[in-house]
Amino acid sequence: MLNFFQLIIIYAGIYALMAIGQNCITGNTGMLSLCHAGFFCIGSYSTAIICKVVGLPFWFSLPVAAIVSGFVGFLIGVPTLRLKGDYLCIATLGLGEIIKNIATNVNPVGMMAVPRAELFGYQFSSRNKFTFILLVWFFVLIAYLLFRQLAHSRLGRAMTAVREDEVAAQANGINVTKYKIGAFILGAAVGGTAGCFATAYTLTVQPGSYTFMVSVMVLCMVVLGGMGNLAGVILGAFIIEFISYFPQLVGLSSVIPAQASQIIYGLVLVIMMICRPQGILGRDRYRYGDGRKTRRSAAVKKEA
Amino acid sequence: MTTLIQYLQYLVNGITLGSIYALIALGYTMVYGILKFINFAHGDILMVGAYTGLLTYTALLGESTNPVWMLTAFFIAMLVSMAFCAALGMFIERVAYKPLRNASRLAPLLSAIGVSFILSNGAAWIFGAQSRRFPYPFDNTPIVIAGLSITPHQILTVTVSVIMMVVLTLFVNKSRMGKAMRATSIDQATSELMGIDVNKIISMTFAIGSALAAVGGILSSFDFRVYASMGTMTGLKAFVAAVIGGIGNIQGAMLGGLILGVLESIGAPLLGIPSALRDTIAFAALIIILLVKPDGILGKNEREKV
Amino acid sequence: MRILETESVSRVFGGVVAVNKVDFHVEQGLVNGLIGPNGAGKTTLFNQITGMDHPTSGRIIFDGKDITRLPAWKISRLGIARTFQNIRLYNDLTVIENVMMGLHFKVGSDPFKGRFVQAVKSYFNAGKENRELYSKALEWLEFFELAPLKDEFARNLPYGNQRELEIARAMASEPKVLFLDEPAAGMNPSETAHLMYIISRIRELGVTVVLIEHDMKLVMNVCDNITVLSFGQKIAEGTPDEIKSDPLVIEAYLGREEE
Repeated sequence: MLNFFQLIIIYAGIYALMAIGQNCITGNTGMLSLCHAGFFCIGSYSTAIICKVVGLPFWFSLPVAAIVSGFVGFLIGVPTLRLKGDYLCIATLGLGEIIKNIATNVNPVGMMAVPRAELFGYQFSSRNKFTFILLVWFFVLIAYLLFRQLAHSRLGRAMTAVREDEVAAQANGINVTKYKIGAFILGAAVGGTAGCFATAYTLTVQPGSYTFMVSVMVLCMVVLGGMGNLAGVILGAFIIEFISYFPQLVGLSSVIPAQASQIIYGLVLVIMMICRPQGILGRDRYRYGDGRKTRRSAAVKKEA
Repeated sequence: MTTLIQYLQYLVNGITLGSIYALIALGYTMVYGILKFINFAHGDILMVGAYTGLLTYTALLGESTNPVWMLTAFFIAMLVSMAFCAALGMFIERVAYKPLRNASRLAPLLSAIGVSFILSNGAAWIFGAQSRRFPYPFDNTPIVIAGLSITPHQILTVTVSVIMMVVLTLFVNKSRMGKAMRATSIDQATSELMGIDVNKIISMTFAIGSALAAVGGILSSFDFRVYASMGTMTGLKAFVAAVIGGIGNIQGAMLGGLILGVLESIGAPLLGIPSALRDTIAFAALIIILLVKPDGILGKNEREKV
Repeated sequence: MRILETESVSRVFGGVVAVNKVDFHVEQGLVNGLIGPNGAGKTTLFNQITGMDHPTSGRIIFDGKDITRLPAWKISRLGIARTFQNIRLYNDLTVIENVMMGLHFKVGSDPFKGRFVQAVKSYFNAGKENRELYSKALEWLEFFELAPLKDEFARNLPYGNQRELEIARAMASEPKVLFLDEPAAGMNPSETAHLMYIISRIRELGVTVVLIEHDMKLVMNVCDNITVLSFGQKIAEGTPDEIKSDPLVIEAYLGREEE
């Protein structure tokens, strides 16, 4: 049971990174993208190729994964910029599937026995989950701090303006194109690093696993926790991972069918949307006056 | 000469596949036309339709091998499945989408994703992960005409699809209900003021769309077998078809379905890419159409007013 | 002095000529009115000038520069701010955040550094920039007497205040020319009176104002000169008194006898 608990924490960490990236694209900038599985895939492959084929250490693959994924994010961001809402959602979904299909075709068997990550001679192995937790969550913390700083800066506010009203944003001198592409690049780069850690943990890459369901799950984490709220997004990752591993955690995996967690998860989505669409924590608020950060739930439903 | 016949064969296969896509695409397009959201659960309704059809058919058939009864049982099964899916579609709309009608546009989309998860995993739970074959209700020996082989199944698929589409077109264009439906898709608030029961229209739209999906599900299961996640990819591609034709446009969905089916069937051999990348063609077509003409082939150009 | 001029600007949508070879000019430091019946092409002309849309033909000269093909955000940075007919506030943000958005390019921009370097600098100086933005935004809110509402969500403001907030956000970028698209639409008489006061104060700041408005009392009271559009064409221009008695204008508004 402790084992599964640790597993949940590791996967929650990996998915929290993905969710932070998705939050940058969807939560902050308001672009409904559904291709995070693709970025995950590219990050995973980058690490596997660099560690196994090229033979360089894991730490080298981390920035490469981020840069390559960021570049793919750029490639996806540029042509889909003109699309909005549902159209963007479907186009990115298609692009994510294309990435998966290409991976499945080029490398149908996947990659196995990727060398382990090492730090000062210490090997991060999946047998010692605790150190892996430290590794992953250290990077979650870094990503959290970096993106929080972004969200609270002039740049992050410009992204919010793009989300709220593109036309008004342009009228305020905000280069909407630049911020949209920027959000895609940053979001994709973090998604790539998530793939990097996933490979370092499982030491395998399976091209068939990067389905659009992964993208949907990541989007759900963001929505569940609260769009645009980094702490909420990480909480969302935790909840979703907890639901997926719940049967194993309580030792009832033989009684509860494997699909139960997915069904619960579908129910959670529907119920959340009906009862609390702004997510558990709601939107992040930054109070400028006294410099202190306070949180208030957004979307006060009051007709003006 | 042989290559020409080969390509004609691909064309025939493509039209068959395309008419299935078209049937499913109609559901997406009709819902989008009225509620302006992508009903992600539509693909899973197709799967439910296929299972209902299969179960009803095997139950009705029993041990019988009488060819007339086989075909009759098949059509009865199809009607049962249509009715069941129509009811299911209306139920889902009432429970999962109706409370979200005034919410942000993201909310119903995510709710639909949730419903889709519940349906596909529920089916996997009840029916197991194994895929099942839908037996042909007739002898499926291909008829060969000038080197072109056409199976009775293909004839059935195209015929049923064409009938459904003609009936739907007549319904939407001629009947009172159909007119109310079109009015609602143009302006919901005004239609309500004109005395149209918008809730009833929306329910109706879901019922029709889901019934068509059930037919599409049954027809596609001859080729692709019946399994819990069968609706995901087919549903997605049908959506692509709807976008290609111009989402919200009924003729567009039909046209888009055919174009996508033919593209998928001919594209791979024509471009010399492995057939495993067939899905990639569909999505590449989607992205190209979105970039070149985002409103689809028959779509109206709607610009945001400043 | 003419700060802005359109030279024979046309905009065609499909077969409809929304703006037809219009020569419109804006006098610096004055309140310039743009009036005309519904569908005359006033907002379309605004959109061409502010870069929200681009003319089919013709040129737009602002402050000696050709801005015809520039994107909206660049035009905004040159000193043209605007409000919208159907209020476009950032609804889920607070009042002060809305004004801070108007200040977006006024803080942290350094003309001698590349945009990327600027962005990186802004990222690390977020705290300092925020304080600067906040205090500047507060000054603008005080100018518009909106300061007590600063932490309210924009969506929760009364209609009149929303209009004022939109003007405040536009003014925050310290524009040379301010375009107001029907600011009095839907306002009650006391709100309109307050708007008139606001416009006169903006004028005192030396900001040129261009005003689209249907409220003739407001237009005749605050405008120094007026241009009249009808069916996409300029039919008259002059002082309020000249416009009032122009037969073409009267016809455009009231129609001819036989109708």
